[in-house]
Amino acid sequence: MPTEQRRKTPEDFLRECQAEEEESSHKGRLKIFLGYASGVGKSFRMLDEARRRRERGQDVVVGAIQPQVPQEVAPILGKLEVVPLKVVGSATAGDATAIDVDTLIARHPAVCVIDGLAYDNPPGQRNRTRWEDVRDLLSAGIHVIASINIQYISELTDQVSAITGKHVNQTVPLSFIQGADEIEIVDAPPIEPMERSPDEQLQARKYEERLSKLRELALVVTADVVDCQLTEYLERHGIPQQFGAHERILVCITPRANMQEMMSTAQTVARRFHGDLIVAYVRQAQISAADQSALDLKLAIANAAGAHVEVLEGGDPAEVLLQFARSKGVTQLYVGHSQRTGLARLKGSPLDRLIWEGHGMDVCVFPQSNA
Amino acid sequence: MGYAAGVGKTYKMLEEAQDLKAAGLDVVVGYFEPHGRKDTIARTEGLEIVPRRRVTYRESVFEEMDTEAILERRPQVCAVDEFPHTNVPGSQRSKRWEDVEALLTAGIDVLTTMNIQHLESLNDQVWQISGVRVRETIPDWVVQQAHEVVLVDLTPRALLNRIQRGVVYDRAKAEKALENFFREHTLVALRELALRQAAHEVEQRLEDGETKAAPAAGDAAGAHQHHKILVLVTASPKTAMVLRRAKRVSDFLGAECFAVAVQPSGDLSGLPETDREALERHLNFARNLHIETRILEGDDAAATLVEFARRNQVTQIFLTRPQGKVWLPALSRDPAQRVIRLAKDMQIVIVSDREPMAR
Repeated sequence: MPTEQRRKTPEDFLRECQAEEEESSHKGRLKIFLGYASGVGKSFRMLDEARRRRERGQDVVVGAIQPQVPQEVAPILGKLEVVPLKVVGSATAGDATAIDVDTLIARHPAVCVIDGLAYDNPPGQRNRTRWEDVRDLLSAGIHVIASINIQYISELTDQVSAITGKHVNQTVPLSFIQGADEIEIVDAPPIEPMERSPDEQLQARKYEERLSKLRELALVVTADVVDCQLTEYLERHGIPQQFGAHERILVCITPRANMQEMMSTAQTVARRFHGDLIVAYVRQAQISAADQSALDLKLAIANAAGAHVEVLEGGDPAEVLLQFARSKGVTQLYVGHSQRTGLARLKGSPLDRLIWEGHGMDVCVFPQSNA
Repeated sequence: MGYAAGVGKTYKMLEEAQDLKAAGLDVVVGYFEPHGRKDTIARTEGLEIVPRRRVTYRESVFEEMDTEAILERRPQVCAVDEFPHTNVPGSQRSKRWEDVEALLTAGIDVLTTMNIQHLESLNDQVWQISGVRVRETIPDWVVQQAHEVVLVDLTPRALLNRIQRGVVYDRAKAEKALENFFREHTLVALRELALRQAAHEVEQRLEDGETKAAPAAGDAAGAHQHHKILVLVTASPKTAMVLRRAKRVSDFLGAECFAVAVQPSGDLSGLPETDREALERHLNFARNLHIETRILEGDDAAATLVEFARRNQVTQIFLTRPQGKVWLPALSRDPAQRVIRLAKDMQIVIVSDREPMAR
């Protein structure tokens, strides 16, 4: 198993990074600043990075800025080259702008700043949306630094509108965000409601609550993206490590397991830890029709609860479960108490093996029935 | 809160201090560690810095935050760098977080900085991830008391770039740093921990707010009031690991958490000195984490524990993994094995050893 033996110098790290970059040298790198509301400071952070890069000698161009620029951003913007948005058709329609992809590609800077990814282009442009324009810039070998608010990620619009009561139409697919080379969250506490009348205070508190929920969502989404990157990195470098930064709960069921208690605890724990919930069953050779239907019901419950459900094959249930758990980076393994009695008990049950060998994961043993 | 040195925590803290000062508040810097970082030092411009206190210990001079001077000065807001710092022996308080508590008690608002790896309940996970056993930790309840936790994020790549350019450390220190915390995958994993912790902190405050606003609606806030967690404290060095994990889980579930030791005499008097010391240390550790502790009287640790659990409507018992492999588990005298056999009507959690893998 290859592991990282030698100590690395900063140069080693950068060489590695650069080697990876060269693999895809024809493609630009995408860095995304993610926020949960306007006003948290994404534009500032992004343009500040642009300024620093420029001071280090990189060729930086701004390809899009927000219609309303925060006050502190203006002085930075003044020092950067801006390729203005194209105005399409009659300038009276406020939204009819698009980034000027052709000019940007012809100008070919090292880095292009796109403040605000979630815009649909006016009809007649090369792409329907701005994020597709960005994809073209990346393909042309231009690095892009972009910003987006959590509200504008397609897959999250239901969750977001449940919080805000508003539905947004112009969105960017999550896969595009996840595919970014780097993602950075811009976190800030929601602005505190000031002294107001009780009614206004209530409104302000509700507003702050909504913002907190969006903030939590943004943090979790970023953590999930980071988790994907970590898994990828470990796989690419053949590092067999388990870090447990993300809680993953594996519920092991049998036809006669007391599913209800296991699932209710598992769901609570998964929700509270923002973790993953997996339900697995190791297929047994001969089971009665009654057991089979009990099992089918349990698998259906697991599916309905939104768990990933896996039916595993193999002779030795404990071994199969342990292997599966390790491959998934499971941190908590839920299993029923052993039902063996008498002499069979003396030999040690699959449960004993899970406890001995379940390194890196907590083993939670559950009551079997309500008896 | 950040996940490594150099992500920009101090910078961010000073920036906020500047904003508050500009808004007309009386702001001082109580402690600032410049680390020779020019951009950060520039952010202190115009801020009043309370001079440090010089302390002599074993013929060396150390500089600590001068808490008494700050209390005397009585600003509205005080910025304090390096929250997890341990004061030099002989200081009035042994930890900087205790100094900060003193400032808060006096009505001074505090801005402070820490990294995720200093959070007590993550100590084993951080060890597993980085191979580093962090000694300076902050109990979770101290962080929970904070009005706000803000994540200062930076991508590991940008951080490694900063380190390489010498922005964060000087050359020799940079190479040392890269040996442990600063491997890329370690940074990525720590960053993920920090993000998830920050999400949890936001959720926690959101719920506290809801409960405060509508106490009667507490039932709707979740199923947590049903969980009650019990930890068996033994002389085993793994006890600290179980206590940390149990506390973390009970915090996330909003559960109560108890720790008990079982002794035939009901106290620690009859024990060999090493065992007694270990048990005392573990019970103290539990109390420092704000876990209620008790010593139960009983000859049979497992039976006494299970009986106590049943009587107190405990929902989960947390135990260490059994010592060594036993050929006949059913006959094992290991407390974990026995508890599992005795308490088939309960949830038993065998806490994993979270150890760094060979690298």
